[in-house]
Amino acid sequence: MNVLDIIKPENQVFCKSKLMTDNTLSYCPGCGHGTAHNLTMEVIDEMGISEDTIGVAPVGCSVLAYDFMNIDITQAAHGRAPAVATAIARTWPEKYVFTYQGDGDLAAIGTAETIHACNRGENIVIIFVNNGIYGMTGGQMAPTTLEGMKSSTSPYGREIESMGSPLKMTELVANLPGVHYVTRQAVHTHKHARKAKKAIKKAFENTRLKKGLSFIEIVSNCNSGWKMTPLESNIWMEENMFPYFPLGDIKVNGVLK
Amino acid sequence: MSELKLMKGNEALAEAAIRAGVDAYFGYPITPQSEVIEYLMTERPEDRTGMVVLQAESEIAAINMVYGAASTGKKVLTSSSSPGISLKLEGISYLAGAELPAVIVNVVRGGPGLGTIQPSQADYFQSVKGGGHGDYKLYVLAPASVQEMADFVEDAFDIAFKYRAPVLILSDGLIGQMMEKVFLKDQQERLTDEEVIKRHDSWAVTGKTNRERNIITSLDLQSEKMEARVRRLMKKYEQMEKEDLRYEEYQTEDAEYLFVAYGSSARIAQKAVQLARAKGIKAGLLRPITLFPYPKQVLFDLADQVKGILSVELNAGQMVEDVRLSVEHKVPVEHFGRTGGIIHTPEEVLEALELKIINNECIRHH
Repeated sequence: MNVLDIIKPENQVFCKSKLMTDNTLSYCPGCGHGTAHNLTMEVIDEMGISEDTIGVAPVGCSVLAYDFMNIDITQAAHGRAPAVATAIARTWPEKYVFTYQGDGDLAAIGTAETIHACNRGENIVIIFVNNGIYGMTGGQMAPTTLEGMKSSTSPYGREIESMGSPLKMTELVANLPGVHYVTRQAVHTHKHARKAKKAIKKAFENTRLKKGLSFIEIVSNCNSGWKMTPLESNIWMEENMFPYFPLGDIKVNGVLK
Repeated sequence: MSELKLMKGNEALAEAAIRAGVDAYFGYPITPQSEVIEYLMTERPEDRTGMVVLQAESEIAAINMVYGAASTGKKVLTSSSSPGISLKLEGISYLAGAELPAVIVNVVRGGPGLGTIQPSQADYFQSVKGGGHGDYKLYVLAPASVQEMADFVEDAFDIAFKYRAPVLILSDGLIGQMMEKVFLKDQQERLTDEEVIKRHDSWAVTGKTNRERNIITSLDLQSEKMEARVRRLMKKYEQMEKEDLRYEEYQTEDAEYLFVAYGSSARIAQKAVQLARAKGIKAGLLRPITLFPYPKQVLFDLADQVKGILSVELNAGQMVEDVRLSVEHKVPVEHFGRTGGIIHTPEEVLEALELKIINNECIRHH
């Protein structure tokens, strides 16, 4: 069989969402952001809610999310996306509002906005991509950087004694009554991506049902920042990130697992 | 038909916001402006007009909530006082950069630092010289009465939407806290969501329908694009100077000496004019109502007529720099003002005119 006989729409399993633009992704090859974007857009497309969805982009690698997601997006100041999303959801209660944030944005500079939007139970979706490093600024230590992990601002590895422990924001917000759904996912394999997509869909369904806040952490890689090949970074992530940031649901329908 | 009430400046502003059909208010308590959010929470504007009121976790969150609602074309307001405005400046810079309409109120207290909770006009530089980072300006309205606290809400939103730019109402603890009679306008309907979309569909993020997606951002990684954005902003500011300058003159027709003062200082200087006239000194007052744009040409022209100018401000000397720039050394310009929350009296202001301008003139002439 010729390879061209196989490449047909009916045989296609994975493709770029119709809601992704044709702009070249600014992410490094091997980075999980592209997949996380695509899954989010697939969910919005499949639910038929793109005309009623407003995204909030962060500061960090995904600051340019609006170049790739073909929906209306406002780009927030560093860490403030949950506050921006709060106001949009409050003034447009029938819309679907989501933030897309990295770990520096959400778990360091935006800690207060994250905690309080969660505590108020805003009817929004927070997609939190955690790769344990500041990617855009060139690989500095993040609040989620693992113990011993080297970065440009922890060149000898993160020392817990002086730099604190990696912050588990997801477990933290799960304890807040306003938060309805909390899960931790990954997108580096097809299996993981399928699960992550299910979680994202559940989150947007929660918005439809006005259930309050849904919080999805996606543990991802940063092969450039970690100074590894994409494959190495995925293996390293499974061996080191997953034990500290275990995948799976943490809170479902307002009940802690 | 309007309604006459006796109100605090802060309360009048809050009531005027409801009546102006404002869609949302986001704020954080700080003295001396907490009455704004207290009044709104008590009045339940969500029942009266559907206006959203939310107490944010910080001034930073509040201004970013303003950014969010403004991104969607809604009429959105926040208020704070000096230390809180410092915290909001990052967000204000973003609003200016992303070209979003919004109204920010500063009921100024003395500083720097935690300063004092008493009235002050020490945030003039912060208000008209940028404050936050980058090449931007704010359209700045300075109310001098409780009536203007109410009236300027609607005026500020008109400007904010005309230019798609943030507007600052620069009040102070005196105007915010004092009670005066105020005529309140009738209730205006808030725009429906459909009307908001229809009006602002060319830029606001309300959900991508059958059009190109709308993007709100202040980021341009390409230098040429960023420079074009800055030029676009500068054009707006030029247009503001041409079309939306506001000021008031009091007894300037035959004035030989001129006070320049805004906000609460203008009220005091107005009384000082009367005291001066009673003594046979022909004094007048120029009150800038907008601090940007600034009445530069008016001052330049008045400088041909008067012998000297005293800038009266509740600070250590800030607006006096703009007065000097405007008159281009034609006549002596001095500053008088108390700080730390002390409010100067009309007698003190007149004495300062005599001491710093009139008597100095005698020395200069001999």
